[in-house]
Amino acid sequence: MNRVIKKTVSNLCAHKISRKFFCSEIVKVATSPDLVPPNEHEKKPTISQIIPEYDIAIVGGGMVGMSLACFLASMPLTKQLSVAIIDSNPALGSGLSIKKEDPPDPRVSTVTPASISFLKDAGAWKYVEQNRHAYFKKMQVWDYTGFGYARYDAKDVNKDFLGCVAENKVLHSALLSCVKDSDFKTTFYPSRLTSMTLNTNSISTVEENMPPKEPSSAQGHTSKLQLSDGSSIYAKLVVGADGGKSRVRELAGFKTTGWNYSQNAIICTVEHTSDNHCAWQRFLPNGPIALLPMGDKFSNIVWTMSPTESNDRKSITEEMFLKDVNSALDYGYGPHPTSSSLGTGDMFSWLKMDATLSANEFFEIPPKAIRLASERMVFPLSLRHANSYASKRVVLIGDAAHTIHPLAGQGVNLGFGDAFSLSRVIAEGIALGSDIGEVNLLRKYEAERKPANITMMAILDGFQKAYSIDFGPFNFLRAAAFNGANYISPLKRSIISYASGENKLPIFF
Amino acid sequence: MKLFNHLRNLNGITTHHHRILRNRFHPLFNNIKFFSDSSSLPQHQTTTQAKQQPLHSSLNRNELAKFAAIAETWWDSEGPFKPLHVMNPTRLAFIRSALCRHFKKDPYSAKPLEGLKIADVGCGGGILSEPLARMGATVTGIDAVEKNINIARLHAELDPTTSTIEFCCTTAEKLVEEGRQFDAVMALEVIEHVAEPAEFCKSLSALTVPDGATVISTINRSMRAYATAIVAAEYILRWLPMGTHEWSKFLTPEELVLILQRAGIKVEEMAGFAYNPVTGRWSLSDDISVNFIAMGTKTNKTE
Repeated sequence: MNRVIKKTVSNLCAHKISRKFFCSEIVKVATSPDLVPPNEHEKKPTISQIIPEYDIAIVGGGMVGMSLACFLASMPLTKQLSVAIIDSNPALGSGLSIKKEDPPDPRVSTVTPASISFLKDAGAWKYVEQNRHAYFKKMQVWDYTGFGYARYDAKDVNKDFLGCVAENKVLHSALLSCVKDSDFKTTFYPSRLTSMTLNTNSISTVEENMPPKEPSSAQGHTSKLQLSDGSSIYAKLVVGADGGKSRVRELAGFKTTGWNYSQNAIICTVEHTSDNHCAWQRFLPNGPIALLPMGDKFSNIVWTMSPTESNDRKSITEEMFLKDVNSALDYGYGPHPTSSSLGTGDMFSWLKMDATLSANEFFEIPPKAIRLASERMVFPLSLRHANSYASKRVVLIGDAAHTIHPLAGQGVNLGFGDAFSLSRVIAEGIALGSDIGEVNLLRKYEAERKPANITMMAILDGFQKAYSIDFGPFNFLRAAAFNGANYISPLKRSIISYASGENKLPIFF
Repeated sequence: MKLFNHLRNLNGITTHHHRILRNRFHPLFNNIKFFSDSSSLPQHQTTTQAKQQPLHSSLNRNELAKFAAIAETWWDSEGPFKPLHVMNPTRLAFIRSALCRHFKKDPYSAKPLEGLKIADVGCGGGILSEPLARMGATVTGIDAVEKNINIARLHAELDPTTSTIEFCCTTAEKLVEEGRQFDAVMALEVIEHVAEPAEFCKSLSALTVPDGATVISTINRSMRAYATAIVAAEYILRWLPMGTHEWSKFLTPEELVLILQRAGIKVEEMAGFAYNPVTGRWSLSDDISVNFIAMGTKTNKTE
């Protein structure tokens, strides 16, 4: 019935409810049929047959899905597209409200300078800056053996900052506000995708001299999506931005490669006595612990450990947990590193090309956590990569295409990179009059993103593996590599560049 | 005209009335270019040609089967027309920017060709017509082969934005007779398959409104073109069926400029297509030694 009719949400009419109907009479049909005047019944059959058609259906209105909508809204060639966003979170339609006084959420992302510049160009970053966020200029990475440490400073790469930590809900709400404040035509469907049919009206069955057929359906250029509330829509392109357990990926039959690490991550927010301005990461025998600045004297903890340990640490008292955290970031598991502990300082000193580099900065101890400011959440770690990102009328972005180790907070950056690249490819397709669901066009996106994503996954997986071995000589080598990275300025620069989202490999070229 | 007489001698048989062609093919028509937007020749009606009928049925059936088999794959981007699909965005990039400049249209618009009437001569399956329609143009696609027109119509009807394209099984000459005129006339990868390029250009000119644009793309008659378009593409890479192209029928850019000038079209822009074997993509370049595309303006002056 009329449930399939949706009205466009735009900033002109700030709807509290995303799904409105074309006219009030129709709403009556849906809610109280007995009130409908008899003549209204005659309209029903025609109305019920209208299945809305969109250029793009974004399945998953999370950070990555909304960033795609933002990027599309910001370019002249794509801003006229009609977009449906399918997400079972009903808050999307009404908008997320965030208060600065809200306690910090433990789900945060480290946004790289590259992602920030994409979001700035799309006009979304200013909304992030209205809420809690923390730029950081320094980063210190060290390990428990006491052999190696590295300090990175934004000034080494002539940047103002190395990254910015923001709560996921802040990023999400910023992207949502950005889309709603534009005149971009988006329609929210607070529902889940249940099935997807690709209309493959084969024309190869045409017989010689057959008169041109009447179009069997006007939707030969679309996919039909069926939603859990019983409605259906057509879209020329379906974008799977529905996360690691992507339904789109499953329905489109994309295969994945991956494995689960027998490791969990505990995430939570802690409070300090003063503001933290540095990102800290220490490699411990069972996995790394990271302390990321969140602003307002808060920091976020991402601590990787074995599943048993994580269950224990989730249930122990706050006091005990804070003691564990503070010890893990200080003398726990091993001594503080000193630059002369291995003589690596001398070993690499001849490679020091730039005296202004922060290599000679001393090791620092992270600020102490004095209070737990959120619950402790536990997530299992896994790595998963779709073998292909694109097929006819279907494309995957973000975690739907690749789920990575959250080691460097790179997940969302890879997702933003995907969304940005896809939006450019769609714009290029529109410029050249292509059908935006054409697989040749979508393959350009895949060719651009797959190598970047696989490289990052391999690096993070490598890090993970390197630290899952606790063996004397190996520890020494690992620490030497660490110190090497700290002392060899070109390598150090490229590591920072890579971690800040520039597509350069962290090797000497 | 020496050149064209030469060409005509080589291909004197390739002119037919399109109606005869509809269901069968002349045996000597086997130089039909399956890899081209036209897949058939815009035909010139001459009395000598009509005498060449009737045809040997067995050969016709073979040709027909070959043609039918390939025509169905117009829209299979991995099929026999793959090179054309790969090259299409590059041709469209040139056409889009050249037409935006000529007609003073906004290149940042999603539909910059809105308000322009465009003819796609030798439209084949509609590979060029559809993108032009998506860019906002009012497109008329013509092809002498009815099968192509049927495929083009069926495919265009799948998308509301392209379903407005008018596809006609006819020739450029017929359209001239009907007095049709367009703001821009496209003939891409067609002229190298035409018996009389000079006459063909005159027809294109007649279809173009004064100050309108004519776009032609073809293959240069250079040694490099011979090596790439024929030896590499047909014999080594097997991208194209052997015999698709006949080197002697190719026009050099200078010859094309000259015959267009005689037809009243002044060439304003020209670009080459460069193939990058590493990325497998085409791009526009200054190198016009193999594939090239030219945009000219109708000047009303004919020689």
